[in-house]
Amino acid sequence: MSISEALAARQWRSSPTFQTFRVGLFGTPFNSAITIATLALLGWAVPPLLRWGILDATWTGTSRDCAAASGACWAFVGAKFRFILFAFYPPVLQWRPLLVMLLLLALLFFSAQPRFWRKRLLVAWFAVIGLSWTLMSGTLLPPTVPSSQWGGLVVTLLVWSICFGLATPLAILLALARRSGMGGLRTLAVVFIELMRGTPMVAILYVAVLILPMAVPNGQLIDKSVRAIIMIALFWSAYLAEVVRGGLQVIPTGQYEAATALGLGYWRTMRLVVLPQAFRLVIPGVVNLAIGFLLATSLLAVIGIFDLLNAARSSATDPQWLGYYDEAYLFVGFVYFALCFGGSRYSLWLETYLRRPDRGRSAPHG
Amino acid sequence: MTIAIRPRRRWRLTLATTLALAAGLFSTAGHAGPTLDKIKERGSIKVGVGTTPGFFSPDSNGHWQGFFVDYGRALAITVFGDPDKVEFTNSSPQQRLPALQAGEYDVLLSGVTVTITRAFQLGFHFGPTVFYDGQGILVRKDLGVTKAADLDGATIGVQSGTTGELNIADFFRKTGKKFTPVTIEETSEFTNALESGRVDAITQDSSDLVGKRTQLKKPDDYVILPERLSKEPLAPAVAGGDDRWLEIVNWTVNATIQAEEWGITSKNVDEFLKSQDPAVQRFLGVDPSLAQAIGLDPKWAYNIIKTVGNYGEIYDRNLKPLGWERGYNSLWTNGGLLYSPPFR
Repeated sequence: MSISEALAARQWRSSPTFQTFRVGLFGTPFNSAITIATLALLGWAVPPLLRWGILDATWTGTSRDCAAASGACWAFVGAKFRFILFAFYPPVLQWRPLLVMLLLLALLFFSAQPRFWRKRLLVAWFAVIGLSWTLMSGTLLPPTVPSSQWGGLVVTLLVWSICFGLATPLAILLALARRSGMGGLRTLAVVFIELMRGTPMVAILYVAVLILPMAVPNGQLIDKSVRAIIMIALFWSAYLAEVVRGGLQVIPTGQYEAATALGLGYWRTMRLVVLPQAFRLVIPGVVNLAIGFLLATSLLAVIGIFDLLNAARSSATDPQWLGYYDEAYLFVGFVYFALCFGGSRYSLWLETYLRRPDRGRSAPHG
Repeated sequence: MTIAIRPRRRWRLTLATTLALAAGLFSTAGHAGPTLDKIKERGSIKVGVGTTPGFFSPDSNGHWQGFFVDYGRALAITVFGDPDKVEFTNSSPQQRLPALQAGEYDVLLSGVTVTITRAFQLGFHFGPTVFYDGQGILVRKDLGVTKAADLDGATIGVQSGTTGELNIADFFRKTGKKFTPVTIEETSEFTNALESGRVDAITQDSSDLVGKRTQLKKPDDYVILPERLSKEPLAPAVAGGDDRWLEIVNWTVNATIQAEEWGITSKNVDEFLKSQDPAVQRFLGVDPSLAQAIGLDPKWAYNIIKTVGNYGEIYDRNLKPLGWERGYNSLWTNGGLLYSPPFR
């Protein structure tokens, strides 16, 4: 070994990267044991998974090609891709759910950026959701498609956005009511929130589908999906209200007193002073809830609505492609993961972004 | 004595009246009028289905297919003369029966088992049994077992918390043989347990077992034993209060069975139009007197057979590829249970 080589090796050994790895992975006997055990576990689990998922997998063709190979059948996902995204929506009209999906994703993209947090964003939510619903149902642009024919990823996204959009304003009102000085109003809010939070979402869905039509005159005329959306929005609003209330509690009393001293009334105090500050505090919590809500939409399957998960599962009951449940669930798991991982990375970024005092102050003016 | 009883009676009467009123209130809220009127007004039949391979499943284009789905289309032909005037909705096993009462569906074709409790207590009616299902046993062929009684000392996988667990225990107690039950929670675990040799056999409704068998790596190494440990007659269910709609469901099913008995298929139905048999003439509407008397389109049965086919064709199209034998679901003339009342 020449001198220069020896020098380079010593330099590498003293570099921070090498130190991190050496100390982190083999610093103590315990760390070494964990490292070796993890490597052994990976060595045991990864090769068969790779063989099944990639090397022996069938990427194109029919189920007969898949049956001949021993690996995963990704051709199944290819054949069922349209069904998993749009389910029973008529194939000739499938530009509609596709457009709705793009609209909703664009809406989420813009809502995620603090520089767009203005009044116009609220208008955009109303417009996009209204447009999505009319597009899907085809009320303005026949032929109409009943909501029993909607399904797949587009329904998951649509239900999630509508319910979240409805639940948020309701949650703010509930949180304010729960902190209000009016006893009756406060009691009502407490009862509603605790009742909703004390009930499982499945029960709420059954109420929407089975009890509501009997309790409301002509309840059968209201669409099943609409009933479910209303009940889910009410349910989620109780959870959101508690997060918002947490933010309200942190605002110092001095802020209220100062606003009152300036002669601002209750609503203006809330709108101009309290809520903007509270929002900044609760947004990471709200994003966390939103991710949980997205996953909870898979419960729609129990009332026979074809959400993303249900569409994927029933794809594997087609006699042409029977039994490819592993591939179906993996694919859906990947879609959910992509959405939720994006959401949680965003939540982290937002938290650091809002923590900087200059950003925090200037963000919501508008 | 009468004085002593009277107050109690009055109390009971009040309770009965209140209940009846409440029931009336709910039933009027549930179904505004006869089901058939609503169907005609809407222009389509709402059918609740499930998702089981061969019985009901969506294809890649989102088009429903399967044994029960074909009966939904046959109903649309009877009412509208058009197999597409039907709207299939997925129903989960937990909500399908209350949803039928609430008027969510006009007919449930989701494989509901006829039982006396359901018939008496739930306020809806069953049509004729279209499929005789029952709990079966799936075993490896190399065990050399040909009937359930041979399974002495076997380890059998059962789904936990189902009637299947009770049925298999009852069966072995009756035969005096021994077995070791292994309860399995997840339905997808059944195939793994069987393939890994953890159990010698698994038991479930045979409609489920047929689907499970196709998911095995080597389906031909396994066989479903001929015995059925329970009776699971699957029939269409309709809400009470519309007798005519119930009759349409009844006779739509009967027509497919009767057609098979006469040997009328979708291919040869046009030749049968020339038949000299007066019964066949009435059935196919060549002689329209019968259809006129009951108020249906004279061509209703002809259209069903021409479009969907007879019972055997529906069965062979949907269930035969999955390895179903006809078994109990053969015509009575072939030793099965299918029997249509006469069309006269």
